[in-house]
Amino acid sequence: MHVENITKTYGQKTALQDVSLSIPKGSIYGLLGPNGAGKTSLIRIINQISYPDKGQIFLDGQPLQPHHIKDIGYMPEERGLYKSMKVGEQAVYLAQLKGMSKADAKKQLTAWFEKFGIMDWWDKKIQELSKGMAQKVQFIVTVLHQPKLLIFDEPFSGFDPVNANLIKDEILKLREQGSTIIFSTHRMESVEEMCDEIALINLSKKIIEGSLMEVKKQYRTFVYWVGVKTDREDELKQALQNYQINETTFKSLDNDWQFSVELGKKSPSELLQTLLAFGEVTHFSEQIPSVNEIFIKAVSQ
Amino acid sequence: MSVLNLIIKREFIAKVRNKSFIVMTFISPLIFVGIAFLIGYLSNIRSEVKHIGVHDESGLFVNSFKNTESYQYKDITHIPKNVINDSVLAKHWEGVLYIPKLDDLKDFETDVEYISEDSPSLGFVSQVERVMSTQLTKMNWAAQGIDTLKIESSRINVDLNLVKSSGEETVKGLNEIKIALGAGFGYMIMMFIIIYGNMVMRSVIEEKTSRIIEIIISSVKPFQLMMGKIIGTTLAGILQFAIWAIVGGILFVLAQSFLGLNTSTLSQTAEIAQQSPNALVGIKMYVQEIMSLPLLSMLMYFIIYFIGGYFLYSSIYAAIGAAVDNETDTQQFMFPVIMPLMLAVYVGFFTVINEPHGTVATIFSFIPFTSPIVMLMRIPFGVPVYQIILSILILFGTFIGMVWFASKIYRIGILTYGRKPTWKELLKWLKY
Repeated sequence: MHVENITKTYGQKTALQDVSLSIPKGSIYGLLGPNGAGKTSLIRIINQISYPDKGQIFLDGQPLQPHHIKDIGYMPEERGLYKSMKVGEQAVYLAQLKGMSKADAKKQLTAWFEKFGIMDWWDKKIQELSKGMAQKVQFIVTVLHQPKLLIFDEPFSGFDPVNANLIKDEILKLREQGSTIIFSTHRMESVEEMCDEIALINLSKKIIEGSLMEVKKQYRTFVYWVGVKTDREDELKQALQNYQINETTFKSLDNDWQFSVELGKKSPSELLQTLLAFGEVTHFSEQIPSVNEIFIKAVSQ
Repeated sequence: MSVLNLIIKREFIAKVRNKSFIVMTFISPLIFVGIAFLIGYLSNIRSEVKHIGVHDESGLFVNSFKNTESYQYKDITHIPKNVINDSVLAKHWEGVLYIPKLDDLKDFETDVEYISEDSPSLGFVSQVERVMSTQLTKMNWAAQGIDTLKIESSRINVDLNLVKSSGEETVKGLNEIKIALGAGFGYMIMMFIIIYGNMVMRSVIEEKTSRIIEIIISSVKPFQLMMGKIIGTTLAGILQFAIWAIVGGILFVLAQSFLGLNTSTLSQTAEIAQQSPNALVGIKMYVQEIMSLPLLSMLMYFIIYFIGGYFLYSSIYAAIGAAVDNETDTQQFMFPVIMPLMLAVYVGFFTVINEPHGTVATIFSFIPFTSPIVMLMRIPFGVPVYQIILSILILFGTFIGMVWFASKIYRIGILTYGRKPTWKELLKWLKY
């Protein structure tokens, strides 16, 4: 899917300014950004709930058209179902709105309900279910019509760890089956864990986009965490005076001297050789920037 | 099945399954029939007989006042005048008519008194005045040597024969039937618009507060959702009216046969017939006239105006529902919506009845916000076809414009949370 030069304004307020994204087929794409950055506006445009002032969206190479709604599944952050309608009836109705036949919807729904072991919810009303239970139904409703593109806004909020894991596994399974997944969340650990690609939107503009690896490389600092067992700390400090050193602590089972080193123009093996001359190296690792750090750094710039 | 049909079906089922719908549908006819009986019973109770004392010093009116079911007159000329006030206070009499002895008949115009605690009804006063005036006039004729018989025999009463241009004869008083019929239809439309318009609005608010709206409109266009909602609710309403008509009809027939209301109306008819040989003919003509009213085409117009008016208003209701977060916030928007409806009913009752084809009535039967009610009230009096067609065209044209307008507000409103918009903001939404 490609988003090309989307601009959207509401009156005086600009929600999106010239935003372009390319979302590879079959990937899990993390859409990140602080609150009010324009993520929801973008998601609504992809869902054809609202329309851009400028720009275009292409799905599988075709400009987005009304019939594409059956290829898209959307789980909004604010979950909602008809409170006084029965679970089964409601899910079938929503699937029918997405273009499924009644019989097909019932068949698929039965399969999902059996998989999650919730067949006895079929004739219950949403208001009789707990929040987490309703979330589960919501997830099923989103994926029932086997969309090519799935959009999840904070998919794990409201789930206990067991159910969050269950949903995570299902999302990964859907990707294996060829679905493209857009993931909007503030939970960086799930981005770290699941996303192949990420984009960061801040103040209506896209500021970062790329595969998780590339983005991390881009924000690489070449800082290494080092632990050394040595009697000659002062001499070692002397030997490392060409490097930027900061004392730090990390978890270790040894009673070692811990610090971080900025590599500068030197290579890691040069540093390692210097260190080895003074004692036993117990720890040597590159400090890879977490998505969380990248997020904070990029947004505060 | 098309998406619109799906939405209509869901809305219809959701409304019909609702407990309040079931309760309303089956309890209302019972209440209605109950009220009808209560009114019938109350109107059959004779009001208390009022005793009126006549203190006639002139002695001219001793036998003039005839006792009726409500008023009994008694000559109390023997009671001294200074006691009258006390006896009225002591509730011996409802009131006392004090007629002094006067030499000049002309003085009776100003010098007769009616003494009472409570102010008398207008009907009673004019009755007394008429009796006395007639008698005094006759006496005056006699006194001045005018031949009373000649006056009576030369009196000419014109009784217009009402004939339609098509040549059929009609009956006077038939207007009342037309008014009742037109008013009934107009009133029904107003009630329906308010009740079911509110239902549409509540349903929109419910979708908004339960946040399902975002899921639905990622599948369907807001316009489709709005129209589906309006049509689905209309069907539920029509079903309710159909049930009312059938249940009400059955209950009424049953009630009539049980309580023998039928025979009493028949005997009343017979009484009237005895009073005047022409009355029977008159009644026959009434029945014929009602039958000859274009009932079928009136029903057809009712349905057309009903659909046009209801759609027009419920699209406004839908837009209001979309603009707010909860029902209490709707108050500020409700008044401008209900006002034209009330105005239409008032115009209908006060203007159409007096002058069904007057300027005011005609203008209001073209304004789309009032035409469903006002035009329906005019139709029984015979409205030129071109006027009806024009009024329907304006109504449906406005309806389309209003739906467009409402769907714009609806589209923005359903995704706007947390603030109570003003009219100005709503207008701004139109531009988005």
